[in-house]
Amino acid sequence: MALTTLDAAAKRGVTAVQEYSLLSARALANLFRRPFYGADIITQADMIGVGSLPIVVLTGFFTGGVLALQSASTLAQFGAAAVTGQLVSLSMIKELGPVLTSLMVSGRNASGMASELGSMMVTEQIDAMRALGTDPLKKLVMPRIVATVIMMFFLTIVSDAVGILGGAACAVFLLGQDSSQYFHTTYQSLHYADIMQGLVKPIFFGFIIATIGCYYGMNTRGGTQGVGRSTTQAVVVSSVLIIATDFVISRFMIGLFGR
Amino acid sequence: MATRELAANAIDPESSTPPTEVHPEAPAVRFEHVTIGFDEKPVLENISFEVKRGETRILLGPAGVGKSVMLKLANGLLKPDSGRVFVFGYEVSAMREEDLFRLRESIGTVFQEGALFDSLTVRDNVGFRLTEEHVPDEEIDRRVSEALRFVELEHTMTKFPSELSGGMRRRVAIARAIVTRPALLLYDSPTGGLDPITSTTIIELVIKQRDVSLASSLLVTHRLQDAFMLATHRFNKETNQMESLPARQTDPSTSFLILHQGGLVFDGSTHDLVHSDDPFIKGYIS
Repeated sequence: MALTTLDAAAKRGVTAVQEYSLLSARALANLFRRPFYGADIITQADMIGVGSLPIVVLTGFFTGGVLALQSASTLAQFGAAAVTGQLVSLSMIKELGPVLTSLMVSGRNASGMASELGSMMVTEQIDAMRALGTDPLKKLVMPRIVATVIMMFFLTIVSDAVGILGGAACAVFLLGQDSSQYFHTTYQSLHYADIMQGLVKPIFFGFIIATIGCYYGMNTRGGTQGVGRSTTQAVVVSSVLIIATDFVISRFMIGLFGR
Repeated sequence: MATRELAANAIDPESSTPPTEVHPEAPAVRFEHVTIGFDEKPVLENISFEVKRGETRILLGPAGVGKSVMLKLANGLLKPDSGRVFVFGYEVSAMREEDLFRLRESIGTVFQEGALFDSLTVRDNVGFRLTEEHVPDEEIDRRVSEALRFVELEHTMTKFPSELSGGMRRRVAIARAIVTRPALLLYDSPTGGLDPITSTTIIELVIKQRDVSLASSLLVTHRLQDAFMLATHRFNKETNQMESLPARQTDPSTSFLILHQGGLVFDGSTHDLVHSDDPFIKGYIS
């Protein structure tokens, strides 16, 4: 009995991975097939990118601020309070900027995609679209993936910049540090490898957010309860995958660039 | 799958011949020994039937017997576990998804609950297919108006589906299905959940479509009164109204299929249906 359950669970898991891979591959292949839904990509970029800007700016600013606040007191014990800017910039650009931005965008957009596509699934709108001769992977999934990947890249840059400014505001106005020293150490400590690491991650994270959101949306079953379940699963799975992928990319990039 | 089978089912997007005319001798729909099940439970077993060109077939059966599944098999939204499904000579059960999308341009489907896109206006819903084909806006407006006039809802162009009643939504769904003048129409319980007066309006539209466009259609319903109305009425183009056929006359192009416990228990004309000796059929239509 237990073996049968295990067997069924393993089959479900493998099938889910297979379906997710197929959905992602087909959606990406559709990027090179006609018709090209450029207008849909721009609409999605506006909803995902511009729509997420306020939460990304607020998260980035306060994360940078709290990082400066917490690290300054520890650094002061070693007489290294002057490198607060360095710590904030490296932490924001390499890790916190991409990861926190992705988690915020995931909470807002993976859930949005799963619920929107899920509602369309349970009300037969996806079937209707297919019956009308339009490929939903081309019309609905591909634009979301492209828009999320592109906008995640820019949102992360905004988050990094605002985070460093938040750290500066905290260091200068609350801790009484010198602003030129803060920005000088921030700038001096950054290397090409750090920037690369910070800009490669959001591309992968954007892909994860969109494909997971769309996968759960397109596989929704069971009415409104099913839509709720898909939404929750999309956020949970994309968040966990983002953190796990962050570890893998970090390890790879450190191996590649040596820092 | 054999490459030869795929090639035979491929639809050339550049061809000027519509997919419906590539195999002119083929019936609109043909099921050959189709079997399908879900979660290892058989739903349809060994189903075979045909819908000839210009013919209307009414698929009757109790709720949950697999009638909607048959429609989804007919337009390739589902694939059978075994058996073959042909539409206009193309084997939809063995077609690539890309070719299926092209074939579906010749098939109009009315879903059970309408399945209108709730974030689009009535105009954009009805004109969805035309927008996808990059038809100019003026032409879309003209054809959408024409389709909405057919279902007498021309004034709803700018409304969203949520602003319409259930009956109006079904009528918009019919307009969306016929706007490209498809050669085959699939109706999935178009009157399900509607009051008798609205149901009659919908059936009148189906009859109007049958007698005006002469397209083939497969209509699923569990409402006998709708089925018999289709068989015993015609659309008068001069008076623009539905009227009864003379007593004891039925529409020759309309016939019946009855599904029971996963199998097809009846395939024949209205006359054969009302004179059937089968105890289930007698009980079902009484």
